[in-house]
Amino acid sequence: MDIHALQQIVHKTRDARRKQTIPKFSPADRDQLIHKYHPDFRASAYRPIKFGPNEGDKTVVELATLLEGDSPIQDDLDLTPHDQADVLIIGGGGAGCAAALHAHGAGAKVILATKLRLGDSNSVMAQGGMQISVAPEDSPVTHFIDTLKGGHMQNDHALLKVMVEDGPSIAKWLLELGVLFDRQADGNLHVKKGGGSSKPRLLTCSDYTGLEIMRVLKDEVINQKIQLLEFAAAVELLSDDEGNCTGAIFKDLDNQRHVVVAAKCVILATGGIGRLHIQGFPTSNHYGATGDGLCLAYRMGAKLDHIDTFQYHPSGAVYPEQLIGALVTEGIRSEGGQLVNAKGERFVNELDTRDVVSSSIIRECEEGRGIRTMSGRVGVWLDTPLLDAEHGSGTLEKHFPAMMLQFERFGIDISKDPVLIYPTLHYQNGGVKIDTNSETNVRNLFVAGEASGGLHGRNRLMGNSLLDLMVFGKRSGLTAAGHAKEMKQGKLTLKHLQRFRAEAKKHGNVSGVISPMILPAYTRKVG
Amino acid sequence: MAQESTENVIDQPEVLKPRMVTIEIAGKKVDVPEGITVIKAMWYAGIDVVRGVGCLGGFCGACATYYRTKDDPKVRTCLACQTAVQDGMSFTMMPPFPARKATYEIQTLQDPKQDLFNFYPEAPLCRNCNACTEACPQRIDVREGVWKAVFGDFKSVSEMFMDCVMCGMCTPVCIADIAPNLVALYVSRAQGAHFSEQAVGLDTRIKEIQEGRFNDEWNKILKMNDQELAEHCATVK
Repeated sequence: MDIHALQQIVHKTRDARRKQTIPKFSPADRDQLIHKYHPDFRASAYRPIKFGPNEGDKTVVELATLLEGDSPIQDDLDLTPHDQADVLIIGGGGAGCAAALHAHGAGAKVILATKLRLGDSNSVMAQGGMQISVAPEDSPVTHFIDTLKGGHMQNDHALLKVMVEDGPSIAKWLLELGVLFDRQADGNLHVKKGGGSSKPRLLTCSDYTGLEIMRVLKDEVINQKIQLLEFAAAVELLSDDEGNCTGAIFKDLDNQRHVVVAAKCVILATGGIGRLHIQGFPTSNHYGATGDGLCLAYRMGAKLDHIDTFQYHPSGAVYPEQLIGALVTEGIRSEGGQLVNAKGERFVNELDTRDVVSSSIIRECEEGRGIRTMSGRVGVWLDTPLLDAEHGSGTLEKHFPAMMLQFERFGIDISKDPVLIYPTLHYQNGGVKIDTNSETNVRNLFVAGEASGGLHGRNRLMGNSLLDLMVFGKRSGLTAAGHAKEMKQGKLTLKHLQRFRAEAKKHGNVSGVISPMILPAYTRKVG
Repeated sequence: MAQESTENVIDQPEVLKPRMVTIEIAGKKVDVPEGITVIKAMWYAGIDVVRGVGCLGGFCGACATYYRTKDDPKVRTCLACQTAVQDGMSFTMMPPFPARKATYEIQTLQDPKQDLFNFYPEAPLCRNCNACTEACPQRIDVREGVWKAVFGDFKSVSEMFMDCVMCGMCTPVCIADIAPNLVALYVSRAQGAHFSEQAVGLDTRIKEIQEGRFNDEWNKILKMNDQELAEHCATVK
């Protein structure tokens, strides 16, 4: 059938649906739904990791293989450093930039290395906003509780408490740097309600929150003349005789040469794993989201936490083909956008947590109430025209300019026609285990942002990622700068790698891959 | 598993049997499936892309590209991850352009509107050719923005350039050597840091946290066992 003919059911049922309220699931129903339909519970996609700090723990096959993978570095590489820093930051997204600015501000000599350009990251794409409890009727404690509920009570309490308590001062810092958060008429910060939150708490810059923050942070990194190493992919860390982290080896992607950087402290801010396309899912992630930091930290002996759980954002585009996997911001649902199956029915409270909404969409599709595209994809409708119907013509254009433009480029007017969506691989809930200063169990190795684990439990709440980046970027930067003042540069060796290789050999060197991946292999090799 | 039904299937035969189109990538002719994005066409043609791909979502500006459609002399601009190829299209990616970015300490500026002319003395030299506006893949009225910046209307500039992905395609076309995106970035940051209202509620909240206003509540919650905490959580709606 023609897509417009199929969309008619959404238009026809709109008025009836507007009056309808759908209750959230009870905790028991919610658990049952998730266990049955959420990809985290597809046992065949998982296997135990064979060796290393998380030996025996289960994770998705794609990640397990990379974690057990071999380093591209030979044992006898010349480790004479090309450069040295007090604090070496690997990753140029939100956490990396925040870490760099704070470490630099604390007087450290900083090098920020990134495999693409400064700022190329998922952070830049964050549309929904940043959760900070600034409203009078809200509090950091309520923020804590909401996040805990979203994370299935598995969140690390200490990490979560510092995040929600540092939030307001982070907002202040960003405002002082010139970030233009949306305001109320009285000048106070405007807050929106996000999925899974009991109070409106999302600070936004229209639907460009991540872009606005990153424009400012990138500009500030350049203004502060922080030393950059762009198109430099970290391929191995360095350790001293005691196993403390002492630097990293990079591959310059322009000329394939190795660059050795000695550092008193290293902060990994390498982001997530969307481009591993686990379980065959499309992804909303940027080009470099290949989990490099997890592999590097794992070989150094850092323990990982919650690496069996991933977030599938409920609304990834399924149509047109060119936008597959691209995000349709949760903001649409925050403002009343409804999810509708092929029969014209709603099937979930759209503001439930992401794992619940995603599981419900998968249920509708698996039970035959989805809409199929001829390329074999399936999805449900997100009733975007409802926003204009509800809040007045022009609402979408005003509140979601980025999304309007994205679809308009393919001849689709989302203020007139609903969009077809299905869950897309969005976020790694877990990562390298850290403490409240972002330190791992490996001395002088820090991890900040999506690459770290524990904070979000088994499901990250919308809007908590941007805050995570800023809070733990800051904490890692300040702590690392503090450490660096009181220590000498350690020796550069590859002893951790020799140990890792010995263990891999004991287990038969079965992985067969070189890690980190650096970039996904999208280039067609034949034809 | 999914039940097969034909009634809820969107017609999209071109996806099942992709029609091939001939395009030119940096002057070289290749055949690729119609309708894939410019970036995917490069991958399809066997080109490894390192510089020129970023977020793949239309936000980072890494994939700035010049293109021309069949028989049209007009060279246009696009983001390669957000544009579909069509038969006869010819494109090449924009190399990094050596625009000059001023450096400044945004928080300590004394007179940000006047300082604009110190940091970007070329900004008032706009000759109104409108090439920057035509070059903007985000449809920002860039020329208008540059004039508003020069006349001190920083608020309008900050609103107009909220969509700016910093791809920099407005810069090579400027005959007055202005980098409009960098001018707008300075202006937007100055607007935020110097000309925006005080967020009073935020300051109150920071003070409340510093003064330990929530300590009792924290003490209560952090002492709870798992069961108590779960019950407490269920009461927050």
